[in-house]
Amino acid sequence: MSGHEGQGGPVSGHEGQGGPVSGHEGQGGPVSGHEGQGGPVSGRNGRMRAHDGGPQPGPAAGGRATSAPIVGRAEEPTIFELSSPGRRAWSLRATGVPDWPAEELVPAEHLRPEPVEVAELSERDLVGHMTRLTHRQYSVDLGAYPLGSCTMKYNPKLCDEASALPGFTRVHPAAPEAVAQGWLGLLGELEGALCAITGMHAATLQPPAGASGELTGLLLMRAWHTERGNPRSKVVIPDSAHGTNPASVTLGGYETVTVPSDERGCVDLAALREVLDEEVAGIMLTNPNTLGLFEEDIVEIAAAVHEVGGLLYYDGANLNAILGVTRPGDMGFDIVHMNLHKTFAVPHGGGGPGAGPVAVSERLAPYLPGPRSVRDDSGAWRWETPARSIGRVHGWHGNALALVRAYAYIVACGGDGLRRVAEAAVLNANWIRHRLRGHYDVPYDRPCMHECVVAAQTLKRDRGVRALDVAKRLLDEGFHSPTVYFPLIVPEALMIEPTETESPETLAALAEAFIRIAEEAGEADAEAPRGTPVRRVDEARAARRLIPTFDARPPA
Amino acid sequence: MTGFVPHTDTDIEGMLADLGLGSVDELFAVVPAALRLAGGLDLPAGRSEADTLEHLGALAGRNRADLVCFAGAGAYDHDIPAVVRHLALRSEFVTAYTPYQPEVAQGVLQALFEYQTLLARLTGMEVANASLYDGATATVEAVNLAVAAIGRPSVWLSQGVHPSWRAVVHTFAAGTGHDVVEVPLGPAGVTAWPAGVGEGSAPAAVVVQQPNHLGRLEDVGAAVALARTHGALSVVAADPVSAGLLRTPGELGADIAVGEGQPFGTALSFGGPYLGLFASRLEHVRRLPGRLVGETVDVDGRRAYVTTLRTREQDIRREKASSNVCTNQTLIAVAFAVHLAWLGTTGLRELALRCARGTRYAREALLAIDGVEPLGDGPVLREFAVRTPVPAATLVERMVEEGFLAGVPLEPEYDPDGRGLLVAVTERRTAAEIDRYAATFEKVVR
Repeated sequence: MSGHEGQGGPVSGHEGQGGPVSGHEGQGGPVSGHEGQGGPVSGRNGRMRAHDGGPQPGPAAGGRATSAPIVGRAEEPTIFELSSPGRRAWSLRATGVPDWPAEELVPAEHLRPEPVEVAELSERDLVGHMTRLTHRQYSVDLGAYPLGSCTMKYNPKLCDEASALPGFTRVHPAAPEAVAQGWLGLLGELEGALCAITGMHAATLQPPAGASGELTGLLLMRAWHTERGNPRSKVVIPDSAHGTNPASVTLGGYETVTVPSDERGCVDLAALREVLDEEVAGIMLTNPNTLGLFEEDIVEIAAAVHEVGGLLYYDGANLNAILGVTRPGDMGFDIVHMNLHKTFAVPHGGGGPGAGPVAVSERLAPYLPGPRSVRDDSGAWRWETPARSIGRVHGWHGNALALVRAYAYIVACGGDGLRRVAEAAVLNANWIRHRLRGHYDVPYDRPCMHECVVAAQTLKRDRGVRALDVAKRLLDEGFHSPTVYFPLIVPEALMIEPTETESPETLAALAEAFIRIAEEAGEADAEAPRGTPVRRVDEARAARRLIPTFDARPPA
Repeated sequence: MTGFVPHTDTDIEGMLADLGLGSVDELFAVVPAALRLAGGLDLPAGRSEADTLEHLGALAGRNRADLVCFAGAGAYDHDIPAVVRHLALRSEFVTAYTPYQPEVAQGVLQALFEYQTLLARLTGMEVANASLYDGATATVEAVNLAVAAIGRPSVWLSQGVHPSWRAVVHTFAAGTGHDVVEVPLGPAGVTAWPAGVGEGSAPAAVVVQQPNHLGRLEDVGAAVALARTHGALSVVAADPVSAGLLRTPGELGADIAVGEGQPFGTALSFGGPYLGLFASRLEHVRRLPGRLVGETVDVDGRRAYVTTLRTREQDIRREKASSNVCTNQTLIAVAFAVHLAWLGTTGLRELALRCARGTRYAREALLAIDGVEPLGDGPVLREFAVRTPVPAATLVERMVEEGFLAGVPLEPEYDPDGRGLLVAVTERRTAAEIDRYAATFEKVVR
């Protein structure tokens, strides 16, 4: 077995951290001119001097790391700079299988002559590196994350525990039904719960994200119409819709028809009626919409769309607002996607994985992707593919462990708890809107649901401070920024979704931060943030001089 | 239960008073009365943490997690080092979202930049995106890119590509209108590409999997050459573990490399969340689906990372987008990078080698059994297919009773009699386990 470096070895100098300056990694290597060569400044915990700025020189074996990301402003080297030839973390189990050489196992024309250059790190260096990266990262567990439309609620830890159970993690997705009854049962139960919550008949759990759910829904729409002789050509979306909606419409093979919002911020019913005809396959709606407003005319909208034979698609991005209060199925929707990572406590993972199940009314159930887990008369669960299924939308059964988390959350909350979620989410958003009125523009000033949209139009006009500046200033106040410049119909928009898991005290602190920013608004805001691991980032340069990998860095 | 809401009744009363409201119900006055759910959701009442976990534990207990796994087919039973769980599951990674504010997201951004670099090296490509959902959807995105770039709707898809991945390509082709042509395997279990094809049906993409679904090593160079003949892009679905031993798709001239990233950092997990790998040549970067992280500097000139070429993305391109990907699999990509970094340069090669050794050892043992024949005879690396004397599904059922997940029964397209079985061997499988597996196999097919 390999001896792990830095683990129980006789080496005295702690790598990189912890000791006096001597013995830090890389010393003794053939390296010259690597960063920090001005002489490391020793200090408590062997902290190195923070870099003065500018891109660092090219790779230097065993590049020096420092714990300064948490105490100062040092850059963190990449694993490629931390790499030092011969160092390793890995060990693999003893198998007793004959150790045939590669040349006997792989035909010469396929065999690569040299190993792939990954990186060569001790386990300690790898752990240090990744830990320091986490210190450069904001997260829900750290503080409030009022990122509108994303529902960055606190995710209870019991869900992590549930999804880590070996009985779930150690099951192959092609295992026979008989040895995966727990999994099939969970998926079946979750489908039932999601249908109860949305008022729908059946669901697919395969879509791994909201956008995938949208496209699945559009393909369901296409299959439905195709079987009735005409797939139709257009899908209607409001001008306040998420950008993903029109993108999904295009990939579903449809043309987007945009309907304007009226002065209340809702779908303009008259304008909608004008665009409806027999070429309209359906409409995609978010309710409450992206302004955080409930589409009060939803029953009339549904009737108008159904009258021309169209279907109603519910974008579940904002489902958190209506849990236990009202259901898309009761509003007349035919297809509903849910973002389990928003509404049902699947953590967002720095950008994913999520899960985007799609539930449908009874008439659309035969078209759902398959297989689905269904219970037979004996009580056993088995896979079944619906009769006129559109096919698979995922290689296996969707983001299964994310589905475990959502199921655990629903079980723990129960019907009563879910209703309380919606109540507190709506209460928090209205309270923030109320507090910020008079300090920010409130373009559609009426009771909102789970999020509110305010704007920095006046700040921009009077003091030259844009929504972006407000967002950056908020980082210095210790909060994550809201969503900015969305929805597109509100100039200088700041879309705030506090979620139900933030306490009134946190909300008050957030509101005070917003208000302080408005009161102090001025030229200096262009300099914000100041206290973050890096300051405002040159996005234009990133696009102009593209460096998509470490190997694409220009030579030092 | 509370729904994990911190508010006390007093808090709620106070906040309602601030809003001039008398009750929580008034918050929902905008919802038409006819739509309000009377009597609440038809779900059981909430449960305590302990009760919930007991319930979930009981479900987990109804799965056989103890089977010695010889199943693969795109989901592999590798050892996962402790560092993966301890680092990738740190809550700073787990509970962040898309790095829209780079000043407070350098952790995720740098981890993704390192992931992109590792994937580019593994595939021999110049750029890699920040992840897609899984191997199947990554293949769909590659096809979409090729069709958009070449401007033809036809796609040639080898039947050596995972059947479920092909199924997903077909599903999404219903929306995009792509004409997907499947190219069958020859008797040796590798793709039998057509020699000559009329002008009209020239493809935009030629898609091959390496190793293919039967575990066979494909001639990737031939697929690349075929694509070039037709002015098409070549797409290689490459296994990241095999990358430790095989020439890269990039070296062999491929335009796009996709794959399933599960083998690094992700347990079997009943099929998800997995990781869609996507890398390409630099010339395709403006059509790259999903997010891309680039290096830049901040206003003080310090190195920093940011999502870049954002104008490619769906939220900006809207109806002009060629991909609708938004949420991706960042956390799984971080786990992938941690596992790969832990293996390092030497560990990756050793891992691939051990899988290949175990595969050879197991294949020789099974082929020594009377009546077991190779299915697609020729070089394999980490997985192989056999034809068994009994239906493969029956064999798998019987082997479960002996404590093994014997493999994955192959679709009829590979063996119309249902006797095809796909067997995978990872570095977890010891010679003793393989010996016992072969002995049981022999007993079961007799």
